[in-house]
Amino acid sequence: MKYLDEFQDPALAARLLDDIRATVTKPWAMMEVCGGQTHSIIRHGLDQLLPDGIELIHGPGCPVCVTPLEVIDKALEIAARPEVIFCSFGDMLRVPGSDKDLFRVKSAGGDVRVVYSPLDALELARENPDRQVVFFGIGFETTAPPNAMTVYQAKKLGLDNFSLLVSHVRVPPAIEAIMTSPVCRVQAFLAAGHVCTVMGTGEYPALAERFGVPIVVTGFEPLDILEGIRRTVHQLEEGRHEVENAYPRAVSPEGNPVAIRMLEDVFEVVDRAWRGIGMIPQSGWRLSERYREYDAEERFRVGDIHTQESSVCRSGEVLQGLIKPHECSAFGTLCTPRNPLGATMVSSEGACAAYYLYRRMQLPAAGDAREVSSVG
Amino acid sequence: MCLAVPGQVLEITERDGTRVAQVDFGGVTKEVCLEYVPDLQVGEYTIVHVGFALQRLDEQSALETLEIFRQMGELDAEFGDHWGRAAEQAGLPRPDAAQAEREARADREGEAL
Amino acid sequence: MAEPLTLTGSAPSFEGWTCPLPLRDSPTIVMGHGGGGAMSGELVEHVFLPSFADASLAQLADSAVLDVGGSRLAFSTDSFVVRPLFFPGGSIGDLAVNGTVNDLAMSGARALFLSAAFILEEGTDVTRVGAVAQRMGEAAARAGVRIVTGDTKVVESGHGDGVYVNTAGIGIVPAGVDIRPDRAEPGDVVIVSGDIGVHGVAVMSVREGLEFGTEVVSDCQPLGDLVAAMLAVTRDLHVLRDPTRGGVATSLNEIARASGVGISLDERSLPVPEVVANACAFLGLDPLQVANEGKLLAFVPRARADEVLAAMRAHPAGAGATIIGECVESHPGMVSARTGFGASRVVDLPIGEQLPRIC
Repeated sequence: MKYLDEFQDPALAARLLDDIRATVTKPWAMMEVCGGQTHSIIRHGLDQLLPDGIELIHGPGCPVCVTPLEVIDKALEIAARPEVIFCSFGDMLRVPGSDKDLFRVKSAGGDVRVVYSPLDALELARENPDRQVVFFGIGFETTAPPNAMTVYQAKKLGLDNFSLLVSHVRVPPAIEAIMTSPVCRVQAFLAAGHVCTVMGTGEYPALAERFGVPIVVTGFEPLDILEGIRRTVHQLEEGRHEVENAYPRAVSPEGNPVAIRMLEDVFEVVDRAWRGIGMIPQSGWRLSERYREYDAEERFRVGDIHTQESSVCRSGEVLQGLIKPHECSAFGTLCTPRNPLGATMVSSEGACAAYYLYRRMQLPAAGDAREVSSVG
Repeated sequence: MCLAVPGQVLEITERDGTRVAQVDFGGVTKEVCLEYVPDLQVGEYTIVHVGFALQRLDEQSALETLEIFRQMGELDAEFGDHWGRAAEQAGLPRPDAAQAEREARADREGEAL
Repeated sequence: MAEPLTLTGSAPSFEGWTCPLPLRDSPTIVMGHGGGGAMSGELVEHVFLPSFADASLAQLADSAVLDVGGSRLAFSTDSFVVRPLFFPGGSIGDLAVNGTVNDLAMSGARALFLSAAFILEEGTDVTRVGAVAQRMGEAAARAGVRIVTGDTKVVESGHGDGVYVNTAGIGIVPAGVDIRPDRAEPGDVVIVSGDIGVHGVAVMSVREGLEFGTEVVSDCQPLGDLVAAMLAVTRDLHVLRDPTRGGVATSLNEIARASGVGISLDERSLPVPEVVANACAFLGLDPLQVANEGKLLAFVPRARADEVLAAMRAHPAGAGATIIGECVESHPGMVSARTGFGASRVVDLPIGEQLPRIC
């Protein structure tokens, strides 16, 4: 794919790594916020190639992982209703709720459909006027404009059988929460490239200043990630803490103003609980007053949900970068992608899944435990 | 998060008053909503996420970035090891590609960050 | 038509039935059980194997090799539930014939006879059924196999997907040929017969909710001839497997586990066509986990690898054959891959169905 493959060139990666090695003089710990970046790092083994002193702490940038348990349980309840066609991105299908997941609801007869785009759900609503189509609107700022446009279109078309179950989260408040945590070890951030494609970089200078951390907007291909790390290392070694853009082909400082305007119209900022982390103020979006009629939670008046997290699961600590996945005693034993205790083991970019899928041969004892039946 | 890939706009049409395009991702084509990049033209590249174009891909910038990567390490070759070693012995930072790149960036439009 | 099976006594009681290791969190069948990955494997191991208690079955090979009256018969069955019925480059009919022909070929056998059983949904267009049957006939002729017996059932509307097909087949395994999933040894070379990920991308491109435009067509084809050409070089092929659902990753993991060897791949040598790689990048899938048809994996003793490879490349069905890795002593039961950057990663089975992701 043009403008993708070139950024996977191993020869150029070697040059970036040489520069990193030549620059680093002491250990540094940086956090990549975005789960897609985590996935890419682990999948290509980039962290294995970095000099020993550089530690990548995997952040909570996995919208699948941080969707609150309560919202998952509401999704499961709504999806089970006979009049509903429940549409979702593929990522969400195996996320465990308190006692089941969307796959199980489907097997019990629920009409659960995987879609590539929220517009597919809208199309289903138009084709099935006698059914209620609900779209599971999760994601960070990258996915918010597509979801917003879909609701906007629904309103424009006057569809009364479409609604959105919203669970959107925002990156800058998460950075703030991580940096204000008393056990924070993060010295720099690789900001999420596609989030910044939408939102621009304007929210980051204040954070860089306040916490004295470099924030480098970073892409997703191996060269992009190495370049983000490289620039971060230079800043750290030089004692700078600025916002830099290492993904200029897709990110401009002002972001996408058209998308931002739509977000301001369709959504409003609210406090939101992040699964495994807790309440982060002003970190989420819900539908604004004008669009509230399209909110699935309101439309379906889901009853009291009593959530039940696994007591063993340490997703939250993984999401905050406090422990590595294999440091959890359940990793690879009780908890595997096949039988996940928490969302970080389900999502393709959850740190636990990434470690399990790509790395478990090199990890200490807990990761090598062979399952009784089958791998995976 | 945010699996988004670059594709080239093949054809632009309208569907129900919405601007959409056929976008090619190297032999895979998909209809993409263009409402968020209203001035996108046929032949240009765009970053696509869940069926939406989110931003124009700046081809010039992509090529410049790759060029910077290619030039990395060539300064060492040009100056030779003795330069870098001398700097190290003096306790100074090595002259390196990052420096050249900062200078190149300063030449371009300042990044209003 | 066979006599209906008579059960002694009344309806079967399941009270006394204990599952040796219950499916952990799945009291009901979910779509993932059909995906060919880990969940499918678990269903077979914990629900079917204990009930059938057969040594041949427990080998979990593509086909069973049985001693019958002095000959060795290969016997295999497969059911075909693909949706849509017709996709770029193929149809359920082509899969139904070639799937079973190839399963037999994976034991080294040339397929002789097939049965074909149909489950048709009430209301299905008869011309569609006819088209499927026609494709089956054409595929059978191309593969040199005869469809000699069959059955048809109709289910009520809403219970099938138009057409489901099951085929079973028999063939004779030549003397001196002992191809089994547990025969891989450290040092064996792993060869794939051509491009990977093609069939899966072709089918996905026309799947509802996902449609995308592409020129990719399914690579469904019979492999009996190719295997015969390989056997002409040496009878001592250790393992053959056609990597269908679950992709190359699933087949390699199953063989690694059955043989107790590790498998080490070099990502740079994987023959993934650019358009397939692009489709996978677009959807967030790993080409190693995408379904194939008309392709095989061969585990060949190192000393004969070059000759076998040459023989494959000389055959139209193996023109793109290439070495993708080797068997090693370390990490038995697991598959690793060296990435383009010199690091390593584990190659795992998909859990259930492959789904596109946004993250």
